[in-house]
Amino acid sequence: MKILVAVKRVIDYNVQIRVKEDNTGVVTDNVKMSTNPPDDNAIEEAVKIKEAGKATEVIAVSIGEEKAQETVRKALAVGADRGILVKTEGILEPLAVSKLLQKIVEKEKPDLVFMGKQAIDDDCNQTGQMLSALLNWPQATFASKIEIKDKSLEVTREIDEGLETIEINVPAIVTCDLRLNEPRYASLPNIMKAKKKPIEQINASDLGVDTTPRIEQTKVEEPPKRKAGIKVSSVAELVQKLKNEAKVI
Amino acid sequence: MSVLLIAEHNNKELRPFTLNAATAASQIDTDVHAVIIGHECGAAAKALSELELIKKVIQVEAPHYENFVAENFAPVIVKLSENYSHIISSANTFGKNLMPRIAAALDTSQISDITKVVSNDTFLRPIYAGNAFATVKSKDNKKCVTIRPTSFDPCESSGGSAPIEKAEAGEEFVQTKFIKREEIKSDRPELGTARVVVSGGRGMQSGDNFKLITSLADKLNAAIGASRAAVDAGYISNDHQVGQTGKVVVPDLYIAVGISGAIQHLAGMKESKVIVAINKDGEAPIFSVADYGLEADLFEALPQFLEELNKLNTIQK
Repeated sequence: MKILVAVKRVIDYNVQIRVKEDNTGVVTDNVKMSTNPPDDNAIEEAVKIKEAGKATEVIAVSIGEEKAQETVRKALAVGADRGILVKTEGILEPLAVSKLLQKIVEKEKPDLVFMGKQAIDDDCNQTGQMLSALLNWPQATFASKIEIKDKSLEVTREIDEGLETIEINVPAIVTCDLRLNEPRYASLPNIMKAKKKPIEQINASDLGVDTTPRIEQTKVEEPPKRKAGIKVSSVAELVQKLKNEAKVI
Repeated sequence: MSVLLIAEHNNKELRPFTLNAATAASQIDTDVHAVIIGHECGAAAKALSELELIKKVIQVEAPHYENFVAENFAPVIVKLSENYSHIISSANTFGKNLMPRIAAALDTSQISDITKVVSNDTFLRPIYAGNAFATVKSKDNKKCVTIRPTSFDPCESSGGSAPIEKAEAGEEFVQTKFIKREEIKSDRPELGTARVVVSGGRGMQSGDNFKLITSLADKLNAAIGASRAAVDAGYISNDHQVGQTGKVVVPDLYIAVGISGAIQHLAGMKESKVIVAINKDGEAPIFSVADYGLEADLFEALPQFLEELNKLNTIQK
């Protein structure tokens, strides 16, 4: 079984987001970038499956500017075998990303494609489902447990009402939830080894996909600020305020 | 052209966010049609036809629609879509799972999780866990939009009498098989729609200690929430998680207990009308969004809270 894992470079989850003064977007200059957190879970799961002898190769792919190579390199350092960087400039919507991934899938012919369930920058939660629609493959979104069977996977999905289990035949797409596993840290020797692993660079323009944005982002603003609250000194005061001031109990 | 709303239901009843999505749909265009796909879902279809904002119901039934598998649902909606300018659903796990499959098939760039309809092609949506809001304008002919349910009021569940039309079912997608659903049954209000939410975090220290949260929630007729840390630690099940990757809640009262207030948690609750934080760390970021902060040991504060509420004798129904 061959597993392709898509990883996205995003602003690190610990960074306090600042909106640009001209309202065209958020500040990304000199801001720490990292792998989208659930994409780390996707890589971890693929590597674990390979370690268990149920996969033969794990390929990490990222789509973005030149620097997204760092994100691919990090995936190699935690166990992916080789990498692919699809180079693009400018804004890419999930529809365009899924079309580019479709081209990579057609070329690499993986049995499984893993990725995070959602990117923490645009919060779209679309790419995996779109890719599976384009390929007409089954999808298991928000996966918190994956069991590999012979020609299928049994996946437990986190849904609003609780948990759902489905069985999907390969080839298939799985989007990973944060509770799927505990991503490992890359050890120094593995970081050194990863530098020798190959990363193939492909220009998005060579893949014959129209990636022109369909959505115009006209303005980006700060969220409305909450007015400052107060500290209360006791539970009795809290309950009194909730009853008489806020009138919510 | 009309707007097509995808109803969410359990074959017997409508799921509540369908009413919020109907409101959002009606702000795009008043001619809202709703499609309900399921198995023996006549009762839910009837309830849908009674919503005040719905002008027509399209009912599609087959045994393979019983468990809402997106691979089965998407082609039905794609087929119906030629008569509609917009396809709308809630941005909960149902809509998140389904809508992108429809959008990709229609070659449309989906707009996810909108909090406001600016015009029929322009919407407001949170990005970066709600730390910024983007105004976005769709240039696609057909628009696929998911709405944040808590940002739109539910429509009236009665007063409508839309005709119910049946449409032909599609084929079954055999590569995906539903096995089981483990729903956590509870008599409490649903987390997404509750008027009061009491949430616990890592500060609860164990699943057993969550009974302190449960007692308070019982008293206030509240839903129970949790931070990701508490769910990851196994104190409580995933369906309680509030935050960027969990549920977004906007109750009248949100009580955060032993929750430090990571950006990702704040994303799910900071629009609540009144926020209370109880935490022994006075520097915890949760206090920056709290209307009322109590710096205290939760193991002392929660029993006292119950006691004070008992004194008040104003149990909310």
